[in-house]
Amino acid sequence: MPAVQETIDQVKAIDVSEYKYGFITDVEMEKPAKGLTEDTVRYISARKNEPAWMLEWRLDAFRRWKTMTEPSWARVHYPEIDFQDIYYYAAPKMNGAPKSLDEVDPAILDAYKKLGIPLREQEILAGVEPQNRVAVDAVFDSVSVVTTFRAELAKAGVIFCSISDALQEHPELVRKYIGTVVPVTDNYYATLNSAVFTDGSFVYIPKGVRCPMELSTYFRINEKNTGQFERTLIIAEEGSYVSYLEGCTAPQRDENQLHAAVVELITMDDAEIKYSTVQNWYPGDANGKGGIYNFVTKRGDCRGKNSKISWTQVETGSAITWKYPSCILRGDGSRGEFYSIAVSNGMQQVDSGTKMIHLGKNTTSRIISKGISAGRSQNTYRGLVSAHRKATNARNFTNCDSLLIGNQCGAHTVPYIESKTSTATFEHEATTSKISEDQLFYCMQRGLSAEDATALIVNGFVKDVLQQLPMEFAVEAQKLISISLEGSVG
Amino acid sequence: MLEIRNLHVKIADEDKVILNGLNLKVAKGEVAAIMGPNGSGKSTLSYVIAGKPDYEVTDGEVLLDGVNILEMAPDERAAAGLFLAFQYPMEIPGVATMTFLKAAMNAQRKQRGEAELTTPDFIKRVNKAADLLGIPKDMLRRPLNVGFSGGEKKRMEILQMTLLEPKMSIMDETDSGLDIDALKIVAEGVNARRDPEHAFLVITHYQRLLDYIKPDTVHVMSRGQIVKTGGAELALELEANGYRDYQSAA
Ligand SMILES: Nc1ncnc2c1ncn2[C@@H]1O[C@H](COP(=O)(O)OP(=O)(O)OP(=O)(O)O)[C@@H](O)[C@H]1O
Ligand SMILES: [Mg+2]
Repeated sequence: MPAVQETIDQVKAIDVSEYKYGFITDVEMEKPAKGLTEDTVRYISARKNEPAWMLEWRLDAFRRWKTMTEPSWARVHYPEIDFQDIYYYAAPKMNGAPKSLDEVDPAILDAYKKLGIPLREQEILAGVEPQNRVAVDAVFDSVSVVTTFRAELAKAGVIFCSISDALQEHPELVRKYIGTVVPVTDNYYATLNSAVFTDGSFVYIPKGVRCPMELSTYFRINEKNTGQFERTLIIAEEGSYVSYLEGCTAPQRDENQLHAAVVELITMDDAEIKYSTVQNWYPGDANGKGGIYNFVTKRGDCRGKNSKISWTQVETGSAITWKYPSCILRGDGSRGEFYSIAVSNGMQQVDSGTKMIHLGKNTTSRIISKGISAGRSQNTYRGLVSAHRKATNARNFTNCDSLLIGNQCGAHTVPYIESKTSTATFEHEATTSKISEDQLFYCMQRGLSAEDATALIVNGFVKDVLQQLPMEFAVEAQKLISISLEGSVG
Repeated sequence: MLEIRNLHVKIADEDKVILNGLNLKVAKGEVAAIMGPNGSGKSTLSYVIAGKPDYEVTDGEVLLDGVNILEMAPDERAAAGLFLAFQYPMEIPGVATMTFLKAAMNAQRKQRGEAELTTPDFIKRVNKAADLLGIPKDMLRRPLNVGFSGGEKKRMEILQMTLLEPKMSIMDETDSGLDIDALKIVAEGVNARRDPEHAFLVITHYQRLLDYIKPDTVHVMSRGQIVKTGGAELALELEANGYRDYQSAA
């Protein structure tokens, strides 16, 4: 009795104290005035010294965006966003781009250190087997502060840099591919992103190259009232392979902050991209005050034959998540995968899922989604599997499981299936289960604490998806899931 | 070992009283049986001893080795050596039985300040106990109790009891749903652990179990009280006459 009462009290008091990344870094920032006009777009483009075509592209997006309205179909609720009350660019004050880490503000390096992201190559090299090395692009508010192992990767012909640098060094590549997967007009937030994107990563893997190390980008929102509009573009040429991971955190603040990213992936014949996300933006407090609005468009285009794109996501943060990493299975025999763990607690709202668009023959896709809802949160899986007339023998397998912890949360599954060919085989399985008081009591009678019992059941629930993450991140993700659910038992 | 004094229990958030001044003593080394009509409060008693949150103790004490355990959380009681074999064991989806067993054994060891079991040691113990109880290995890889038959669930309770080595075991109708062979196996499991350090409280409706596990004491429970206590012969008398002599006693 007392212990369970105690955990119930913990749920009532559930607080952001569990969020371990809520600190604020004090650095001198350069920001234009709040608000969004053509001048803002021009400012960002000029600040990045972009080619003229890029500015035109942005302005075109901006003009379209002004004619659009925010989508309202997702199962999420929030007060109207005042787009004029946001800073669209915030960069640490520096004299030009840092040429080495010594030119980066030590406070920023310190911030990444606190987050457990080593940026000094020497530190990473010490004690790490070469095959376990991870190259990092560190994006702090609107700019990439450093990208590690660039030189080493270049030896293999791999380009890994910030998208701003790519626009300087490889403008032809960016121009060829940007907006070809997520068109400028795609949706409200993608169009907004196209107008004002600030930084993100660019990856190019040449033909036949297996990227020699794991690539990752670490996004940090630090500045108050600032939106982060990241843009990532990954191109895997014929027969190449890359595994890429992104991580995200933000300080604990009372105001909501907007993160509207666009990620585009392109695989040519026989190429493979494995894209993993561990999203841990600040989720807001117990009453839903503060937290990140994570409105993200992620899409991969399996452009070549027998190519493969797999999305793995562990979503534990954000006040609101609106995100559907998708695959366009254009090349014959291509394959799309989506593995997701979405955890919601407190007042968090998650509306996430995927789209598998089968266009080519013999294309296959697999969707494994595990939603865990606790506290007073709402967790929706929304998915679309479609087969085009020409997508003969398309196959999909979908498995959507929801786990509820407590009585005040909600889990919803909204699967859409469209098939224009009679040869497609789509399978769908869905379950909803609940960790009940009785199960917890049973486990506790055997000696487990309520928290350990919950963690045990949750781990059992998510293990199929955790296995998809690169080893070194799986452990991290598992910890993160238990931290996110701390105090959720009752 | 276990002493219950004047226990009054009601359903939390309701006025419904279930235990009504119950007194019971189980000495070290004793095997005590409780029999009583449906709804007399036997399972409730076992739940309250184990610390289930749905009940409110309005008066009385439950002492384990002289310590009042009513303020302890269920997991603390478990670590103190209390085990309850459930009348209706819970299913734990997604968690392999092996994983669960290891987590439970190590959690108790941790609470008691003992070192964790090594994996080989753990596996040796589980295999030995499973063999004795006739539990096939592939069942240990399945999620705990999920899709297990009624009898398999009961065996699994005894497997856990064997591995956790409690001082005080309460078995709530473990015999219901067991076939004759399983019944004998379960009884052997109890008899093997019958020694001056261990005590058992066996809740049952059937004399049959008591043929295999010879109780030192038999208690009759009715309307939330122990209304009669006797030796093994009391069970035989109940078998013959039913509960009619005790129904109005409370
Ligand atoms: N959580 C509860 N809410 C409401 N009533 C309850 C609850 N738990 C037990 N009861 C009631 O308390 C009484 C005693 O139930 P209990 O399960 O302890 O009986 P029992 O002696 O174990 O019966 P059986 O022999 O059928 O297993 C019953 O009338 C039952 O309906
Ligand atoms: Mg009962």
